[in-house]
Amino acid sequence: MHGQSMYGWTGRILRVDLSTGAQDVLRLPEAVYHAFLGGKGLGGYLLRDFATLPPGHPDLPLVIACGPLTATIAPTSGRCHLTTRSPLTGAVADSSAGGRLGTELARAGWDAVVITGRAKRPTGLEIDNDAVRLVDASALAGQDTIEVFARLRQRRKGGSIAATGPAADTGCLFASLIVDTHHAAGRCGLGRVAGLKNLKYLAVRGTGRRKVADLAGLKAAREDILRLTAASPVLLGQHGFSCFGTGSIFDLMDSRRMMPTDNFARTRFPGAEHLNAHAYKTRYLPRRHGCQGCHILCKKIAADGRSMPEFETMSHFTALIGNTDLELVLAANDLCNRLGLDTISAGSTLACFREITGQELTGERVLDLLQGMGTGQGPGAELGAELARGSAKYAASKGRPELSMSVKGLELPAYDPRGAYGMALAYATSARGGCHLRAYPISHEILRKPVATDRFSFSGKARIVKIAEDTNAAVDSLIACKFLFFAASLEEYARAYTAVTGVSATAQDLLLIGERIDFQERLMNARNGFSAIDDDLPQRFFNEPGTSGPGLPIPPVPRQDFLACRAAYYRIRGLTPEGLPTRETTERLGLPWPPELESA
Amino acid sequence: MIALLTKYAAKLAASGLCAPGDVLLAALDDELAWSIAGDPRQPLMQEIFAGLNISALLLARPAGAYQGVMAELARQALETGPTDGWASITPGDCETRTFLHDLPVVDGLSAQGVIQALRQRKGCVVLHEGVAHVAAFGTVSPEQAYVTFSSMCFACFVAYFAEHLRTQRTGQLTPEHRSSFKRIAALLPPDRADLPDLLPGPFATEDAAREAIIQAGRHTVEYGLVDSYFGNISYRLPINGSDTILISQTGSSLDELGACIDPCRMDGSSCAGITASSEYSAHKAVYEGVSARAILHGHPRFSVILSLDCERLDCPKLGECHRACDTPRSVGDGTDASAGLHIPIVPGEVGTGPFGLCNTLPPALIGTKGGRRGAIVYGHGLFTLGAVDFRNAFATLMDVEHFCRAEYFRRVAELERWPRQAPGCR
Repeated sequence: MHGQSMYGWTGRILRVDLSTGAQDVLRLPEAVYHAFLGGKGLGGYLLRDFATLPPGHPDLPLVIACGPLTATIAPTSGRCHLTTRSPLTGAVADSSAGGRLGTELARAGWDAVVITGRAKRPTGLEIDNDAVRLVDASALAGQDTIEVFARLRQRRKGGSIAATGPAADTGCLFASLIVDTHHAAGRCGLGRVAGLKNLKYLAVRGTGRRKVADLAGLKAAREDILRLTAASPVLLGQHGFSCFGTGSIFDLMDSRRMMPTDNFARTRFPGAEHLNAHAYKTRYLPRRHGCQGCHILCKKIAADGRSMPEFETMSHFTALIGNTDLELVLAANDLCNRLGLDTISAGSTLACFREITGQELTGERVLDLLQGMGTGQGPGAELGAELARGSAKYAASKGRPELSMSVKGLELPAYDPRGAYGMALAYATSARGGCHLRAYPISHEILRKPVATDRFSFSGKARIVKIAEDTNAAVDSLIACKFLFFAASLEEYARAYTAVTGVSATAQDLLLIGERIDFQERLMNARNGFSAIDDDLPQRFFNEPGTSGPGLPIPPVPRQDFLACRAAYYRIRGLTPEGLPTRETTERLGLPWPPELESA
Repeated sequence: MIALLTKYAAKLAASGLCAPGDVLLAALDDELAWSIAGDPRQPLMQEIFAGLNISALLLARPAGAYQGVMAELARQALETGPTDGWASITPGDCETRTFLHDLPVVDGLSAQGVIQALRQRKGCVVLHEGVAHVAAFGTVSPEQAYVTFSSMCFACFVAYFAEHLRTQRTGQLTPEHRSSFKRIAALLPPDRADLPDLLPGPFATEDAAREAIIQAGRHTVEYGLVDSYFGNISYRLPINGSDTILISQTGSSLDELGACIDPCRMDGSSCAGITASSEYSAHKAVYEGVSARAILHGHPRFSVILSLDCERLDCPKLGECHRACDTPRSVGDGTDASAGLHIPIVPGEVGTGPFGLCNTLPPALIGTKGGRRGAIVYGHGLFTLGAVDFRNAFATLMDVEHFCRAEYFRRVAELERWPRQAPGCR
């Protein structure tokens, strides 16, 4: 066995087939861990041989993987990463999840869980260290996540639980998985894949400890990272995430005139100053909460126990749909969490519906439609079922595909790309579709970290986006929280990685691994038919200006500049002009060349 | 992109860190762009680019005293040999501790040597035929390489002069030390005595306050009281009826503040200041405790160097001075020409952590009734106050730096005469 002598990893991957109940332990060569780290990288490695299977296919794996840093004292490492193929987009689906799930999985002695098959009835997977069992969860079918957590907690104290809501069972393509009540693996319909497998919940409890090669080295790296976070106004400043949650960005998006408004038709929402994080804090008196192993504590929980909305939810459930009622945002956020709906896709699909139909959305109507999306029941049942397929399919069915504000079918988050051109490119090139987190250009275009760049220029952005994608692929594999990289860098995390695993690595080594992980996803997407035509933005952004202000024009994104930057990105990434992987780059990165791409 | 490259190359020359033409900056998107066309160092830079996943690279030869201190520190580091896998300089100032950690030293200018060093850290010192060069990179912008180079110059300057005094106190100074010190000290530019003609306050409007901030920031850099990228500055005034602090943004250049000033409401009702300086919390706490309306923060070199000088060589907290020193220390408390400065030195790290200077600086500045003129944060820099505008704040910055420079050389001279007798800061 390769893994038992390893530090950081356990070398053990649990495989569970829900169809047969069979379980076994997969042991991969140590070289695989060195090449893919864990988390997102390991998830992609375990998915790639099955990546063309349809999301309902029993053999399609749902992978939950932690990284070598998980459950160590490396800051913000207590996360895990989920990977499969998206029922919403058909592309690779992956999402980072907070709470305690990653930590418990690592402490239970597993590097990953690979779930295949389809159970005959709603089923729970319970892992207590080495003990693994499948539990009939029929009694939880149709229950919202709050109820699921409450019932499970009656008999399972401690540990972590990830559960789906009704949306996963009723066919919503952007159903999420909710972790430990307040956290979500939100995007791409990961919850729907669990629903297709009849997996209602995953509960993990571990009592072991990660083996660390050099504890003193890890403490030194930790101290360097903590010192950098203390110096970060975004993370620990008076206006930052620790005090106000991710919603602290809301005012900045307003002042920079890049708040998506009315389904991205405009970029400024009148009255936004009354809907900011301070307004929520004053009204709902939230307390701080965070993921295991994090000192930032960006998660906020209202005094009444409801999760406070994250920035994207704050923005999409106000500006994007024309709502000025804070309580509706809280209620919609709470309902999405209960039903297991991705708030970004839900809000954006509502905005798409609003623009296509011209119907205003009252608070009652919003909640009815969310209920319809998530349960297929209630006054919004019929329409909700239509919207549950996502904005792209809904808009196409109405003959207005251009009004889905999505990339590759995944709805865009709350940063208007007309106000940040690196973000425009990053939305387009993101392997999972409309996502801000794969390259996170907001870091330098808006938040000035590591230094500020010109947000209205494509100059240099092709390589910046490529390097950032590689960086974040490594971060999602180590694992750490991407927010930390507003302050720290792979330079410090490479020290932590080396200290934990005993594997000598620099930031540049991790970047190369990140490049391999990112490229692996592009290979899978290419096999599923994705190419340059999918690496594009909705035409609105090239044809319509945003909402300009005094001395601050917000013109359309210059199309030719965008295309030139994307072409440069393809060259830098080692893709063809059509955005497809080349055999040369594939081999350079040590990845297998898929036979079906032979003609590429 | 070329405009960006030439801008930062010119800024390094203007600041005196490099001679014009001694800095070569390059940026790589899908093609390379250069600050100087046809420079003979281009093939070397291209080879370095090929070995790293980066977007910008700087290669430069520091000038004047910076060349002297870097070459000397690099020579010492190479003599000492590897401590963590490679030879390195480990300055004790705040910027290095927080952002750079340590500075790898490469023996001889070769692409492979530089690549190996830059795989470890953001920048490295190369000692080539007795001359120090610096290589630094960026993954986002040439500005990162510029910032790293600038920080390395500052860090090495402070490290060299502070270490000299420390070595003197331990009685371990060699003739070689003395010789190189004499040579390097002779390279220091003379003190600048003239004060800039800053705008008189108080400033009633936001526009007027912004203009004053921009002007004071620019002069602080021009007078060498801070390197462009560092320091911060703020002014308190009511805006639209709301008590507001206008403050420089995080990572902004004090000589280019233009659009880089954030209005932060004192009541916290907006988070638009999320991009404000990492020292916003300290500024706010100071304003809450004194009636000052202006705060200026620079990194004057000898103020920082003197803050590192301490007689207590056997202190149990040695090595933790930056955050754990609880001995009341100050400069300018004597009865000579320094009388009246009364500048306390306090520990504190950047930002808001448990050891953050937001906990130590405000009480030091608020001090007794009416507040103090300024305070030094150990190994970091000097914060000064102005009652209605930046004139007094700027003058204090200069007064303290003049005093600290003179005091530094007075201590060196006294230790030469009376080894181990000269008092340090207390």
